[in-house]
Amino acid sequence: MTNETLASYANLSLYSAMAVLTLSMLGYAGYLAGLLPARDARAESADAPDRELVSAGGGSAGDGGPSRADAVTARGGSDAQVPLRARKAAGVAHTLALLGTVLLFASAALRGASVQRWPLGNMFEFGVAAALFTMVVFVAYGLRRDLRWLGLFVVAPVLILLGLANTVWYTEAAELMPSLKSVWLVIHVTVATISVGLFAVGFVIALLYLAQDRFGTERGVLRALPDGKTLERLTYGLHIIAFPLWTFTLIAGAIWARQAWGSYWNWDPKEVWTFIIWVVYAAYLHARVTRGWRRQSATWVAVAGFVCIIVNYAVVNMYFVGQHSYSGL
Amino acid sequence: MSLSTQPADPRTERDDVTQPQLGPLGLLRFAWRQLTSMRTALFLLLLVAVAALPGSIFPQRSIDAVRTADWIARHETAGPILDTLGFFEVYASPWFAAIYLLLFVSLVGCVLPRSRIHWRAMRSLPPRAPKRLERLSAHESVTLDGAPDEVLREVRSALRSGRFRTHSHDATTVSAEKGYLKETGNLLFHLALIGVIVGMAWGHLLGWKGDVILPVGQTFANTVARYDTISPGPLVDPADFTPFTMKLTRFDAEFEDDVQGKGQFGSPRDFTAYVDFTKTPGAEPEKKVIRVNGPLETGGGTAFLLGNGYAPKITVRNAAGTVLYSEATPFLAQDNNYTSVGAVKVAGAGPAGKQLGFAGLFLPTAVLDEQGPRSVFPDALEPALALSAFEGTLFPQGRPQSVYSLDTDDMTQLKNADGSDLLRIWLTQGQTFTLPGGQGSITFDGLERFAGISIRSDPGKELTLVSALAALLGLILSLTIRRRRVFVRVAPAAEQGRTVVSIGGLAKDDDEGMGEQLEDVLTRLKERRT
Repeated sequence: MTNETLASYANLSLYSAMAVLTLSMLGYAGYLAGLLPARDARAESADAPDRELVSAGGGSAGDGGPSRADAVTARGGSDAQVPLRARKAAGVAHTLALLGTVLLFASAALRGASVQRWPLGNMFEFGVAAALFTMVVFVAYGLRRDLRWLGLFVVAPVLILLGLANTVWYTEAAELMPSLKSVWLVIHVTVATISVGLFAVGFVIALLYLAQDRFGTERGVLRALPDGKTLERLTYGLHIIAFPLWTFTLIAGAIWARQAWGSYWNWDPKEVWTFIIWVVYAAYLHARVTRGWRRQSATWVAVAGFVCIIVNYAVVNMYFVGQHSYSGL
Repeated sequence: MSLSTQPADPRTERDDVTQPQLGPLGLLRFAWRQLTSMRTALFLLLLVAVAALPGSIFPQRSIDAVRTADWIARHETAGPILDTLGFFEVYASPWFAAIYLLLFVSLVGCVLPRSRIHWRAMRSLPPRAPKRLERLSAHESVTLDGAPDEVLREVRSALRSGRFRTHSHDATTVSAEKGYLKETGNLLFHLALIGVIVGMAWGHLLGWKGDVILPVGQTFANTVARYDTISPGPLVDPADFTPFTMKLTRFDAEFEDDVQGKGQFGSPRDFTAYVDFTKTPGAEPEKKVIRVNGPLETGGGTAFLLGNGYAPKITVRNAAGTVLYSEATPFLAQDNNYTSVGAVKVAGAGPAGKQLGFAGLFLPTAVLDEQGPRSVFPDALEPALALSAFEGTLFPQGRPQSVYSLDTDDMTQLKNADGSDLLRIWLTQGQTFTLPGGQGSITFDGLERFAGISIRSDPGKELTLVSALAALLGLILSLTIRRRRVFVRVAPAAEQGRTVVSIGGLAKDDDEGMGEQLEDVLTRLKERRT
């Protein structure tokens, strides 16, 4: 039985989350934008000291304090060197990101309540949950270290994912099919989605690391990021949390498959892809410690891993014939 | 394991040419080194990922033989070529096996020597402290009250409380090491993967699975002959099957009729099979339930509910009214609305020694319009049969054939009474259709559901599961624990009764936490001084 009122509240909460996250994304963009002129001003003042007045005319020079070569906090400068405008934008963006995360959680919870089951039963619900966990990873990690430079690059893809979920993958709230009615749905799919959230943030940082490596640290928005070594460590740190969780997903899925389909491994396309993803990330962890492999090349393997996750979600669910046909489409 | 002696890499042969002094033994050693190197392992890992791909793209014979045959038939050129290359049986193909076997040989070749080294490392002492601790990436120096030897004693106790193993190679230094569990976990992970593959192989050799379609009211006895399909592992003796029986007494199916949205209306919601289960012949039957996520342990294999459908009860009589055929006849569902196909084979000879056969559709919620006969909902709301009739020989030359279709090679299709068109029979429940030309009649008496039960045994699954969990544990240990060495040197300070403590840390890989680790040791030390 479906409670239509709760289901509509769930959707309302989702729309609100999207609106809030859009503002949050703009805030993070504002932070990065606010950071850059300070650096430009500095670079220019180094070349031509008499131009400082002109370039700092926006009024941020006083707020930003004396400019130094490492003014950007992400590269080790102190927060006081960040222009006030940028700091304000990031503060607002952070609060909105938190609010958006709470609204996403509320949406998933309301949807679960409306159908009285765990809200991870079809593509739409996976999409919302993946967005939720990606935001949770970002917000939670942001409590431990300054991740304001990352905000734009996480919130924007999350919004795209929510947009797709809401349009292409939208499915009405309904009961589950019999094979999904199991406690393993809660265990297997939830852990899978959490590790996807971790992989997603790791993937974004990996891309930023590779972009910085390719285009140098002084171009455009890349200047606002931490140095390459820090980025590489951050992405590795996320991957080594996500990988055991993905391993657990694989094992839990096998246990469930045995219960629902009679055999713990059926070479179903979804299983094959879960395995491929596991192998690719295992290769990443190996590549990182293999002599003769550069960190950059290893990071490319991690990027390939996340591409496989996207394929596994967006292509395998929809177009491959298998037993995991729960897209609800 | 003979694979390990083969050259793993074409480069091997080239090296053989440029280095003629490499004898056959040297060549083997070289090949082994190549195979067990990290680079090769990495290459093989990526290769496994790529090789697993086609199995998700092309239909696989072991999963869906019909769809595979269909695919090959539709692709006249590519189909047979891909078939020869094993693309429809990827996970049983020699090339896939070659890759993962090489990977595992490489793994064994890498892990065994490492286990030996690790075993020695765990039993050996931490190395001597380097001369200049300030050269280490993380280092610190503090001056404390107390004589050097007294302070050194407390340094050791502080390190031990921080779970370090300590040793003093001389009177002024302490060497300490911790984090051996990292390598232990790493080795556990890799060795456990071998357990996973052994468990899978064991299950393949000693496991079996069989499927049976069981209409409500019928009894299944666990003998090979009673299965519709059975695939025993190479080492299984089907004569040893446990002689349990189960009678399907009731089957419940529920479908979504509440939510109207796309993809949900008509979706299955619940299937339950109620059986009378008799463990051994003569024992008291027990009432048991088999659900989609709730299999039944029989003591000789596990019974899973993997399918269901309709078995309309069909009766065929001859012109005199004698019953020739009367059975609940399973029809196999073809789509989500259970448009089902099946056949009725009346083996008893009719007039002129000809046998009768019927083939066609069963439709639980039947609609007949310009799109042809079809079902629009999976539940049995308006059940109907749409059949064609044939006469002739049902089993030409005793060829094996499906229960759900007619082999019409030696049969002719019946025409309607005036011979103007092929005969089409449309029967709703309870109706009887009289066949033209005094061939008798066919009646749709009633409707039963059937349960598709799959009974499987996999003796390797426990080993696989335990190994997989061990691998997970090893993985967590190897990724979270850090191997760290800390060295401490004490020297008398300039002032009387004070001691300079120099501490330096050495970590494997880049270890952001080393500075904190040293702080932690110093804090513990200071706590002891107060």
